[in-house]
Amino acid sequence: MNYQTPLGRARGLGSAGQGSHEWWRQRVTSVALIPLTFWFACSIALLPGLEYEAVLNWIAAPWNSVLLLFFIILTTYHTLLGLQVVIEDYIHTPWVKILSLVGIRLVFYFLGLAAVYATLRIVFAD
Amino acid sequence: MNLWTKLKHMALFSLPQNSKTKPGKFHPAPENTTRPRRFEIYRYDPESGENPRLDVYEIDLNRCGPMILDAIIKIKNEVDSSLAFRRSCREGVCGSCAMNIDGRNTLACTQEIEDCGEVVKIYPLPHLPVIKDLVPDMTHFFAQYASIKPWVRTQTPPPADRERLQSREERGKLDGLYECILCACCSTACPSYWWNSERFLGPAALLQAHRWIQDSRDESTGERLDDLEDPFKLYRCHTIMNCTDVCPKYLSPAKAIAEIKRLLIERQH
Repeated sequence: MNYQTPLGRARGLGSAGQGSHEWWRQRVTSVALIPLTFWFACSIALLPGLEYEAVLNWIAAPWNSVLLLFFIILTTYHTLLGLQVVIEDYIHTPWVKILSLVGIRLVFYFLGLAAVYATLRIVFAD
Repeated sequence: MNLWTKLKHMALFSLPQNSKTKPGKFHPAPENTTRPRRFEIYRYDPESGENPRLDVYEIDLNRCGPMILDAIIKIKNEVDSSLAFRRSCREGVCGSCAMNIDGRNTLACTQEIEDCGEVVKIYPLPHLPVIKDLVPDMTHFFAQYASIKPWVRTQTPPPADRERLQSREERGKLDGLYECILCACCSTACPSYWWNSERFLGPAALLQAHRWIQDSRDESTGERLDDLEDPFKLYRCHTIMNCTDVCPKYLSPAKAIAEIKRLLIERQH
């Protein structure tokens, strides 16, 4: 039997006192990614060739590497926040939800770190 | 239970067996009907132990008022007294007769039959437990409204000789908010509310929350914002805008929610 009052049920565990930060960061990253994605797509399309050496040289050019790092970090973070919202929306089995939330964090932190490391290696290669 | 059944239960890809709607009874139009119109109405009786069914009624529009509510009252009076629905004011003020008509949540009393399809389909508001036929269980919806504390909360005692005053401009800020009749058309049209109504307050309760945030007489704006700052209570809103689309009072819960989000960011900077 459940004798909890409807109001007790509606109040639940109360307010988490957070959520604004992540909501705001999702908006800010999406605005920043509009020009960055445009820049990335155009730059790749305008490369004269996609040979290994040519792409390495393109990445190692100062402005390119800085913008590319920025693009990688923002994309990873934006995707992470978006996936988190999808999981919170649709996954209602508690243990699956918490595992997915922790899982995507680890996966996307790793992907971001790996991409940043790869870029830096190209930039600082002799 | 095999793995496939388990997966289906985890994700719920289809309706449970006992929720599937089956064809129901047919009540043809009486003879010498000049303007027949067909109504398909969702019927569910929890005491019968049977599945919900879709009953078909044919009505003579020449002997019926112009609104959907007129038609279902006529059905209850003259054709099938077992049909259950809520209604009171019949002029869009009380919010009792909210239901899903032709795939859209609206008030039966302000929805003209002429504006509906050839066959008018009437269901209860989506995604609420059904008590009987077109009567949904609104307990949790009203409890969520109560949870936002919908009254003026102050520390300053009221003036001894008068009510708490408001300028015309201050009162004007409540326009577009105070008119809400809590019919639940918006909340039950919101996919986020469908998936997470346990914790997401939904557009109706959030519009009401904003009505008290905007009230110049209230002294608890900060506490109200504190109570709303939550990934589920507020931020399940993804600006889908079904709420604003269906509101039978032409209000914009989506705008009210956007204002709450704006205030939460504003107080951090």
